[in-house]
Amino acid sequence: AQCTDNWSTCSRTAVTGHHHHISKMQVTHMRSAQCGQRVNRSRTTSVRCQAKFSTQQQIPFAAELIANAGYICQPGRGILASDESNMTTGKRLNAVGIENTESNRRDWRELLYSAPGLGQYISGCIMFDETLYQKSASGQQFTELLMSQGIYPGIKMDTGLQILPGGLGETATQGLDGLLDRAKAYKAQGARFAKWRAVLKIGEQGCPTTMAIHENAHALARYAQICQEAGLVPIVEPEVTLGPGNYTIEETAYWSERFYSHVFRMLNEYGVMLEGILLKPNMCLAGLDAPVCTPKEVAHYTVRTMKRCIPPAVPGIHFLSGGMSEEESTVNLQALQDEYPGSPWALTFSYGRALQSTTLKTWAGKPENVDAAKAVLVSLAKANSLAQQGLYKGPHPVPGGGRIIQAMRIGGAGK
Amino acid sequence: MSFAMKTAAPSMVAGSRRSSVRVQAMKYDEELIKTARTIASPGKGIMAMDESNATCGKRLDSIGVENTEPNRLAYRELLLTAPALGNYISGAIMFEETLYQSNKAGKKLTTICQEQGIQVGIKVDKGLVNMSNSNGEQWCQGLDGLDKRCADYYAAGARFAKWRSVVSIPQGPSMIAVRDCAYGLARYAAIAQNAGLVPIVEPEVLLDGEQDIDRTLEVSQAVWAETFKYLADNNVLFEGMLLKPAMVTPGADCKKRASPAQVAEYTLRMLRRRVPPAVPGIMFLSGGQSELEATLNLNEMNKSPNPWHVSFSYARALQNSVLKTWQGKPENVKAAQDSLLARAKANSLAQLGKYDPASEGSQEAAKSLYEKGYKY
Repeated sequence: AQCTDNWSTCSRTAVTGHHHHISKMQVTHMRSAQCGQRVNRSRTTSVRCQAKFSTQQQIPFAAELIANAGYICQPGRGILASDESNMTTGKRLNAVGIENTESNRRDWRELLYSAPGLGQYISGCIMFDETLYQKSASGQQFTELLMSQGIYPGIKMDTGLQILPGGLGETATQGLDGLLDRAKAYKAQGARFAKWRAVLKIGEQGCPTTMAIHENAHALARYAQICQEAGLVPIVEPEVTLGPGNYTIEETAYWSERFYSHVFRMLNEYGVMLEGILLKPNMCLAGLDAPVCTPKEVAHYTVRTMKRCIPPAVPGIHFLSGGMSEEESTVNLQALQDEYPGSPWALTFSYGRALQSTTLKTWAGKPENVDAAKAVLVSLAKANSLAQQGLYKGPHPVPGGGRIIQAMRIGGAGK
Repeated sequence: MSFAMKTAAPSMVAGSRRSSVRVQAMKYDEELIKTARTIASPGKGIMAMDESNATCGKRLDSIGVENTEPNRLAYRELLLTAPALGNYISGAIMFEETLYQSNKAGKKLTTICQEQGIQVGIKVDKGLVNMSNSNGEQWCQGLDGLDKRCADYYAAGARFAKWRSVVSIPQGPSMIAVRDCAYGLARYAAIAQNAGLVPIVEPEVLLDGEQDIDRTLEVSQAVWAETFKYLADNNVLFEGMLLKPAMVTPGADCKKRASPAQVAEYTLRMLRRRVPPAVPGIMFLSGGQSELEATLNLNEMNKSPNPWHVSFSYARALQNSVLKTWQGKPENVKAAQDSLLARAKANSLAQLGKYDPASEGSQEAAKSLYEKGYKY
């Protein structure tokens, strides 16, 4: 009698994440006389436990990934997130009276990337697709401009959020189709790292669902695996988003733990090399309608969550600012260092709004304001650099700002 | 602060599921964290002496001593009364019989242990049995009535527990065996913590087989990924738990051997990839390595700082020379205890990364303790 079980459902299939020996295993198992008989213990039936990329020796770009990740999360430096889609960039520009044209978007990014001395405090810059191919007014590729500052170019890889069924407004992140080809093309253009943002909503009745957690963790792991295959360091961004409601910081911590543990179990199963990723999580905060937590509280819950979920093999944790004010983003980052000096991973930053908000307002599209705007950017970057090293004492270059909220954008399809 | 989740109150926090299990402090949380830290303190490790009566019998047989309760008592008392053992040993794992034994003067062994400054641990699993429809593998029993057993053990003075599951590389391992191993450990850990016992989580990847060190790494990574998956799902408090992994080495029958530096490199790589820093201590099992190997490998791993305490929970690697020296004779007790203290001290130094192999005089220490198809 022949075994009628499919190899993927037969309980005797060895522990596996990726099935590189599918045909051998399937064939050999079909040959065994009947289920219940001990499967041949020879090497041909012993399926690999994980994707071949799990052991460092086998991953093609292992050394390069580790080196690039290490460069980006080095002490005293962090990431400038300037990968807003054209639509989102447009909203920002509009808010200070600037029209959303390619030329204006180009001017805005040139302002940021040519800020003198930015490279002392920034090691990586995440870009949007359009921006990766743009040039400065003098004709220099932005990627080269950044590299000349000692800043590695990165690229947003996802194509935006879509609503999940269930009526709760939860989201999945899109972009897996054709991802490998895109990753290779971006690498050829000069990108060294990539980013994919997954969002989990809490604080509303019924949220988050297991479906949302699974879907987002799965997509992050697939994206990370593909990026490593192409030689890009994947920033894995599982964001428990700061949203309306008076939910407590403890609840944020709880759901962050659940989310990150799923993310890491998927990364493990998909054979992602943890030494060659960077993490971009949220800090633990209470809901928007609850009182703002002190830096000490934020640091306590955030560090506790990181300690419970993030294996030391991950070299750097670059926190997102996610709506925190510019000052909050800095003082909280400082508090993290105080809470866990000597952490096995770098506790650092990848800030968008917290570096750009006042910078943009200072520029307001006027050439005569460009230098002042650049100075604001560099002063913010410096404050965060000091905070990352546990050396920030204040005063903050942009004190007392409020939360910088942006609505979640659905259905962008990568534009 | 706690928040109860009731489906009747729509203004309350997310979902109709109770999500607050780990948000509010459970009864023993503080004590668990304190006990775990005490066991995982610098220069200290665990003495595993929880052999079942049958296995203890094997030990006694090997030195021509009859396997009787008084003899088992005499042996365990010998171990626990070694002078100032608490300088090197922070916890001793007992078998149930031993937990309730008293010496001839009527003093409980648990009291002797506590007076030495050593935490009392207890084996709580019910042993390995064959797993149906697997690749001839085994699973670990013991969840039935575990909550009551743990509560009783706590009352008897135990403060930590141990459950040993195994994974066999030559057998596959199959997905169902690895799953069950992880599942059993996670359920046991949750139950133990609720009864005030720090769970030692031990999914032993057995030394048996011809696999090379890369294959051992691959399997170990998969086993620990699965284990942490279930531990997280079961809301186990990582700060109040200890791990007992096997080091990552080539299989016993693999022709290509590994140096202590290589064992350390691979083992630390596995730990860094799978163990979050919230876990306070990783207490390695010796699993058939010689006394000397077990010490050398531990020492290598402690040459630079780790985010968790990296130490030992050794049975054979602490007891082998002791048994050979004792031979069941009262006149040999002091020499046997000296032998135990020597090994305990060596491993204590290894925990600090300060062990010097030149200090070893004993030939016995270099003997392999590997037993094919070993039954604990």
